[in-house]
Amino acid sequence: MLAALTDGRNDRQAPSTGSCQVPHRWVTYNHMVVQQAKRQAVDQIFAALADATRRDIVTRVLRDEASVSVLAGRYDMSFAAVQKHIAVLQRAHLVTKRQRGREQLVSGDVTTIQAAARLLGQYEEIWRDRIGRIDEILTQPSEGEAP
Amino acid sequence: MTVVSTTPDTATLTLTIVADLAAPPKRAWQVWVDPRQLERWWGPPTWPATFEQHDVVVGGRSSYYMTGPDGAKAHGWWHFLAIEEPHSLEFEDGFADQAGVPDHSMPTTYARVELQESAGGTRMTVTSRFATFAQMEQLMAMGMVEGMTLAMGQIDEILAAA
Repeated sequence: MLAALTDGRNDRQAPSTGSCQVPHRWVTYNHMVVQQAKRQAVDQIFAALADATRRDIVTRVLRDEASVSVLAGRYDMSFAAVQKHIAVLQRAHLVTKRQRGREQLVSGDVTTIQAAARLLGQYEEIWRDRIGRIDEILTQPSEGEAP
Repeated sequence: MTVVSTTPDTATLTLTIVADLAAPPKRAWQVWVDPRQLERWWGPPTWPATFEQHDVVVGGRSSYYMTGPDGAKAHGWWHFLAIEEPHSLEFEDGFADQAGVPDHSMPTTYARVELQESAGGTRMTVTSRFATFAQMEQLMAMGMVEGMTLAMGQIDEILAAA
């Protein structure tokens, strides 16, 4: 696991203050930070999900594959506008498109969505640990502390 | 486990954590405002935090560092935006250089803490908001290191006890 995580290239741009001013903490963790390209991909995911129509499309096609024309019929906007939303989702790898006859079928990409959710899960772990420690302080107060 | 719920929202880049604490809000407030108590839980055991400044007033700042197993120091800061003792606290949390000067090229998160009286003591709600996903991901990468370091420490303990 450690090997897989440290595999990323250290090609993130140095902070604008110049490389000799790189904070120590940054140096400590630098090897863990995924490369710029991946970060841009993830930013793209969240930008894509920031729009309510696009969130709705993703939710629908995660459940059932749907054709572009069926999806277009569900929203109060032009076919072209819906197509544009689907293109944004496709670029963020949130949906995939395949051709069936004259139809274009759209389906959700579960892997991408799980990866995004997992990142938040890690932050959640940090807080679970913190709350566990707060709990210890509150239930076992050492001397000198107000009860 | 006292955590009641955690609600990540990938659209708004927030994570809301609700936990029940076995002490009244006035006591729970102390773990946030007393730097000596805060130091006991903010950092994981392998990266304990030391708060050199903790000025809990609106506009006030905190300056802290976390010390790693190899003695490396990671500096951070808080900036208080709103305070309503003993019920709510809002602050920004970011990184600083070795002199303790805030480094704005590094991730900054916004946090709101609510402490509400409950039957068992206090219901604490912590909402963390990230400015951009890029910032969020940097933090995730750091959290992974802390989490793994902690896990490895526990493995050592288990092996030593065997």
